[in-house]
Amino acid sequence: MSDIKIRAKLKDGETEVKCLMSHPMETGLRKDSKTGELVPAHFIQEVVCKSKDQVVMTANWSGGVSKNPYLAFKFKGGEVGDPIEITWTDNMGETQNAADKIT
Amino acid sequence: MIDAKRRILLKGSLAAGTVGVAVGAGLLSPSLVLASWNEAAFQAKDLPTALQSLMGSDAAETNDAIKIKAPDIAENGAVVPVTVETDMEGVKSIAIVADANQTPLIASFDLGDSAVPFVSTRIKMAKTSNVVAVVQTGDKLYSNAKEVKVTIGGCGG
Repeated sequence: MSDIKIRAKLKDGETEVKCLMSHPMETGLRKDSKTGELVPAHFIQEVVCKSKDQVVMTANWSGGVSKNPYLAFKFKGGEVGDPIEITWTDNMGETQNAADKIT
Repeated sequence: MIDAKRRILLKGSLAAGTVGVAVGAGLLSPSLVLASWNEAAFQAKDLPTALQSLMGSDAAETNDAIKIKAPDIAENGAVVPVTVETDMEGVKSIAIVADANQTPLIASFDLGDSAVPFVSTRIKMAKTSNVVAVVQTGDKLYSNAKEVKVTIGGCGG
């Protein structure tokens, strides 16, 4: 099951891709309110966005991106029906992948 | 699987002495997977150091062509929507920085050839500070800043 929601829309020759990922994005600086211990860092480090196997954008993140990250970007040259693929990798080595089509 | 990694990490931390202490305190986060992830830049404590290791220079020229869309007052520092957009040509990458955060560099976006210089995301801010956007075109750096007042701390969750 994938927790990445993607919406890609073509408008005036530019494709705007919006996506929502499901991730705790712990900085490693926050304390657990019950135990007082630091919550270990757990955040997405890299998001790769591809369209038709071409990398459109790579995002490198720190824990400073909000929980359940939202990301939007635009690119040119997309057409309705083209595939969009998004993959993230976090600092624990987990990775998730989702794909959708431009509408 | 995760346990095994943690074991290795713990051993590594102890061996590394002070670095180990820093990892334990959560100051450094273990980077186990990504070689391309710029650890030095993301763990830098101030903006010039971060820029130096991320883009090879900290000499960013202020340019109003970089538009930062962010709230004037953020009610919740844990979720501050930020959009960076510019009409400059040949933009290679965009970085988003929250000046007063413990590790200021929040995100860097490497744009492919077809990408339009526009990124939007949501960031955490520890307290009221400038949100700085740094744009790299060719070999030059440009930046712009916008102050965001934070009424509730972000890093405390």
